[in-house]
Formats: sequence, C-alpha cells, structure tokens
Amino acid sequence: MEDILLLEAVERYLAGDMSFDEKAFFEDMRKKNAEVDQLVVEHTFFLQGLDKYGAIKSFKHTLHEVEATLDEEGLLAAPKLAGKAKVVNFWDKYKRNIAVAASIAGFISLLTLGLMITYTKKYGNQNYQVLVNELNKTNIDVYNLKKNTSALPTIIQKPEPKVDFRGTGFLIDGKGYLVTNAHVINKMKNIYVENAKGQYFTASSIYIDNTVDLAILKINDTAFKAVTNLPYSIKKNNSDLGEQFFTLGFPRNEIVYGEGYVSAKSGSDGDTTAYQLTVSANPGNSGGPIINRNGEIIGVITAKDSKADGVVYAAKSKNIFGLLEKLKKDDAKYELIKTPVNSNLKGLERVQQVKKMEEFVYMVVGN
Amino acid sequence: MNTIEQDQLLLKGLAESDKKSIETIYRLNYTMIQTFVLNNNGSVDDARDIFQEAMVVLYEKSKATTFSLNCQIKTYVYSICRRLWLKRLQQLSKFSAQVESLEETVPVEEEIEEHEKVNNDFILMEHAMGKIGEPCKSLLDAYYLQKKNMQEISSEFGYTNADNAKTQKYKCLLRLKKIFFAQYKNA
Repeated sequence: MEDILLLEAVERYLAGDMSFDEKAFFEDMRKKNAEVDQLVVEHTFFLQGLDKYGAIKSFKHTLHEVEATLDEEGLLAAPKLAGKAKVVNFWDKYKRNIAVAASIAGFISLLTLGLMITYTKKYGNQNYQVLVNELNKTNIDVYNLKKNTSALPTIIQKPEPKVDFRGTGFLIDGKGYLVTNAHVINKMKNIYVENAKGQYFTASSIYIDNTVDLAILKINDTAFKAVTNLPYSIKKNNSDLGEQFFTLGFPRNEIVYGEGYVSAKSGSDGDTTAYQLTVSANPGNSGGPIINRNGEIIGVITAKDSKADGVVYAAKSKNIFGLLEKLKKDDAKYELIKTPVNSNLKGLERVQQVKKMEEFVYMVVGN
Repeated sequence: MNTIEQDQLLLKGLAESDKKSIETIYRLNYTMIQTFVLNNNGSVDDARDIFQEAMVVLYEKSKATTFSLNCQIKTYVYSICRRLWLKRLQQLSKFSAQVESLEETVPVEEEIEEHEKVNNDFILMEHAMGKIGEPCKSLLDAYYLQKKNMQEISSEFGYTNADNAKTQKYKCLLRLKKIFFAQYKNA
C-alpha cells in the first residue's frame, strides 16, 4: 500500500499536479531520502519508455492501416516481370542451384538406400568400413599366376577356385570348424579356405549371425585332416582397456602379423558386442583372430573407421560362445563342437606364439 | 512546391503519425526498396518488413526536436533500408555483404544503432505488457498509451469509482515495472 501511495505521489510530481506546498514537501523528501530520489529517476525513465512504446505502437498500427489500403490498390504487389511469369523467372534464377540440390539429394538417397540394403545394422555409419577384400581383375590374375607357380610342386588336383572376396578365419575346433565374419561370406556363393601351406579346402557356412557379424564355417573337404590340439583358447569374459594383442590375417596373399591394444570397450556407435582397437588393419583382415599375450583369443576383427586412423572394430570373443550355443540348440549334430580350453602359448615369446598359431589361421576366399 | 519543402511537410506529418503523409512516403519510395530487396536475394515480404522498419526509424527521427534532414527522404530511406537489409543478410549469413547498389547513399550507422536500442526497449516493454495479463494490460494501455482519464476508465472497466480504478492501476503498474526491470537487467 505504501508503495502505491509513493508511486502516486511520484506520478503527480512528474505530471506537475502538485500544489506549491506539496511540491516543496516532496522535493525536500527527495533530498533527504535517497530511495525516493532513486524512485523518481527510475519512474521518469520508465514513463519515457512507456511513452515511446505507446508512440511506436500506434505508429506501427497506422503503418499497417496504410499498408492495407495500398495493398488493395496493388502497389505492394511483386512487380510483373517482363515477358515471363514469376515462377519461370524464379526457375531461371535458381535452376542451377536446384539442379545441384536435386542431384545431391538423389545421390544421397541412392547411397543411403544402397547402404541400408547392404548393411542392415551397424553399417549405417558410413565411416564403418568392413575389411573383406574384394579383388579386382589384375589382383586376381596375379594371384592365380602366383598360385599356379607355387602350387605346381604340391600337385593339387582340384581346379583353382575363382576368387572374388578374401577374408580371414581361424579354427575353433580341430575337426574343421572355423570362425570368420558374417560379412566376409555373405556375398560368397562358394566358400574355400586356404591354410598357410597353400592347401585349399571347400567349406560351408553352418551358422551366420549378422547382428554380431560372426559366422561359423565347417570344412567339408575329405582332404582336410583333423587337428587334435589347438594351441590357443577363447576368452569367455571381456578384455580390459589397454590390453595388448597381436593379430594374424590375410590383407594380402600372405599371412600378415599386426600388433595393437584395446582402446574402448564398445564398438561403432556404442555397440557393446564389440571393441574398439588401435591396430592397423586392411581389407582382408576381417575375421582375423585377436590374441592376447596369454594366447587367448579375445575378439575377431570386423571393420575399421574409414575416416579415422587406426580405429578398428572387433567382435568380442564371448559372442562366439553365444553363436555355438544357438547352433547346438538348432541342430544336435553340432553338440560335439568343442572349443579349446587351455592355451599352451602362455609364457612363450611372441615369435614362438605366432609360429604355433599361424597354421590355424585360414584365408577365407570365395566367389 | 519543391522537394525540400515537400519533404519538410511530410516529416512534420510523420511526426504526428498523419496517415496521408505516411501514405505519400510509401507511394514515393516503396517500389524502389522492393526492387532493391528483390534484386538482393529477398522476397516481397522481406521488402515490406524492411520498409516498415525504415519508416519507424524515420518516425523516431522526425519526432526528435533536433532533427534536420540534410538529404532527400528518398536517399535517407534508401540508405536505411540498404543498411538494414545488409545486416539481415549477414545474420542469415547468406552472402558475404556484397550488396548490389546503384543509388546514392548517406551514412546511417548511428541511426541504425540508435534504432536497435529503441527496438530492443520496445520488445522488452511489449513482452512485459504481454506478461502482466488482463485486465492490467488494458487498464495500463487505456491510461498510459491512450491517455484516457480515470473517470472514463472506471466506467469503461466497471469499477465502482475512480479511486478504485486508480488503486488497481497502480498495482498493475508496479507489476509491469517489476517485470520490465527484471528483463532490462538481464538483457
């Protein structure tokens, strides 16, 4: 209530409505009381603001009225463009932009469609580059030439398979069961595996899981001799950040060794079934085993980030057990698949470890 | 009547928000501005906006007692519009400020700056007015903007007497001030 009385007094003072005595009293109060003085200044400023606001508001109102009348007369309409309609003129002016925009849009939609069809899940990320090697004509010729020359002394009766894709796989059971990436074999009609000695075996996929990007192959070639003892084991639980490992794979026609460390516990776009690794990997490395210093397989290389350097993704090894469980449930005849439990690579020098491992890592090729 | 005298008359009319004067200024200048805006990546709506804003600037100027226009209204309006449009293009970062211009211009930086301040205050006040709600808004509008007296207002708003209306008005005013200054400090 006091505020209101004071405010009223201020307004009357500013409007000059006060009697002489009243004014003298108020001015005296202003001098003595800084708060009152402050209020007068503030209110003067505020009333000026309010006045200005009112003036502009009513001016704008008038402007709108004028505009409306002029609009009716057609003064404010867009000028008629000589000879051509507005749309045509617009088209002339912007057709290049529109053409560029349309072609970009078209290109992108086709690209997206292609990507979506090819890669159902994580391959939506366009930096995600799977590491299966698609061989071009020249490569194939060179490859075949080399094969022919090197294969001569071993006298392989079978015709050389035609090779369009190349990846890596490794044995998980000496009876001829291999693990590789689902994307490695997805495009293949015929699958062959080749060991470090250059022997070919035909194989078929018995289980594919596209979500974790893993597949299990079975070598069904009579020439294949079962291995009794695999020197490595497969790790059941997750690896820690910074864990060091080595890889073996076939980015080229020959087995290639690589080293790296686990750099994140999830893969592309937070995929928890995968790791992010720092290692160098190239097309052809897909499906390659990742082995820690104890000789345990901790993952399977699947893809790399095409934009970032050394960022590689790998499916976690425990997914392999998940796959096997589902496989066994589906078909009882696979009950007998037994993964190696103990690694006898532990404590060995790295060179020795690699030597013992390399014969169980296969090149997976097909057409 | 020569141009200088005509311009003086128009400005005087503008200061009083005279409809006839506003209309004349529109007729004499709008097409030029529209052509300019259309030629520089704008639309008809943009042209209208810009022209309106320029009219407000001119209105503010015409009301200031110290104001004397030392060029034609045409040149002045063109310069203001050009500057305003340039600014808007920069804000949209559509094009680096190379605007096609053939007409003569005068420097108007100060005016634009001043106008921005006024415009800002206007927006703050409008916002505060919008926030106090009814019947406060209409009450204050009637008294402070339309300058009606308390007698008229109390009968219009249905108060039993002018004193009641007055108390209500001051309550509303206190609220408006509170909101306005809170924004003002934050702005």
